[in-house]
Amino acid sequence: MERTENNILLHQMFRIEGGDFKNAGSISDRIKKILKEAGFSNTLIRRICIAAFEAEMNVICYASKGTLSLLIAPSFLKVVVEDEGKGIPDVNLAMSEGYSTADEKIREMGFGAGMGLPNIKKNADEMILTSKYRQGTHLEFIIYLNRQETQLPFE
Amino acid sequence: MILKEVKDILNAEVVSGDHDLEKEIKCAFAAELLSDVLALAQEGALLITGFTHSQVVYAADLANLCAILFIKGKRPSEETKQLAIQKKIPLLTTSFMMFEACGLLYEYGLKTCALELWNGKDGK
Repeated sequence: MERTENNILLHQMFRIEGGDFKNAGSISDRIKKILKEAGFSNTLIRRICIAAFEAEMNVICYASKGTLSLLIAPSFLKVVVEDEGKGIPDVNLAMSEGYSTADEKIREMGFGAGMGLPNIKKNADEMILTSKYRQGTHLEFIIYLNRQETQLPFE
Repeated sequence: MILKEVKDILNAEVVSGDHDLEKEIKCAFAAELLSDVLALAQEGALLITGFTHSQVVYAADLANLCAILFIKGKRPSEETKQLAIQKKIPLLTTSFMMFEACGLLYEYGLKTCALELWNGKDGK
C-alpha cells in the first residue's frame, strides 16, 4: 500500500465513541452520502459501506474510542480505522469466521458472531489489521477503482 | 411479487412507506444476525427480521435492500421509523412468527436471495 499517501483528493475523519450503540451506523451512512455525491457506482459504495459498517461496529463494541477516516484517491478508496482499547491478542484468530469475544449486549443487537472482520476482508481488495494488546487496533482497507466493476468479491 | 402482496399474504401492517407498496420484491432474506445481512443478502431483497433498532435500517440501506418486514408483531421505535422514512425503506410488521412468515411468502412464490451457499458453507 505504498502508493496510498499520494494524490489524496479527500480525507475526512470521523470520531467514534466506544459503547455508543445508539449511533452505530451513522458514520457509514455519512460515508455513503459522500461517495454518492462524488458519483461512485452503487456496487462500489455498497462494498465500502458494508466494510465500514462492520469496522465502525467493532470500535463501538470493543474499543473505548476511535476514529474512522475515508480517503479518496484517483485510483482507490481507503478507510483507516484506529482505536484505543483492549486491542486484539491474536489477530489471526480474530480473522477466522465465527471467532468472537462479544458479550450479550452486542449479540442482542445482532452482531458479535465473528463475521465482521472476514466480511471486511471479503469486500475489500486489500486489508491490513494490526493490534497491540491492551492498547488498540489499526485497521485499513482499500478498494481499487479500476477493478471495481470486473472483480466483485462474491457475485 | 410487489410489496402490497407481501402485506396481504401476511396480513401485515405498514409502519411507514405506504406510498411504496407497488415496489417490486424479487427475493427475500431472513436473519437475526446483522452481519449475515451485510455478508449475504443480495441487493433489492426484502429483509425479514425480529430486530427493530436503527441499525437494521442502516444495514438495509447500506446493503441496498428494498424493504423491511418485522415478525412477531414487533414495532420499531419512532427513531427507527423516521430513519426508514428518510432512507425510503418501507417498514411492515406482521404477527406471524419467522418460520410462518417465510414459509407463506415462499409458498406464494417469493424466492430466497442469499448469496451462494451450499450446506452452510460459502460456495466459493
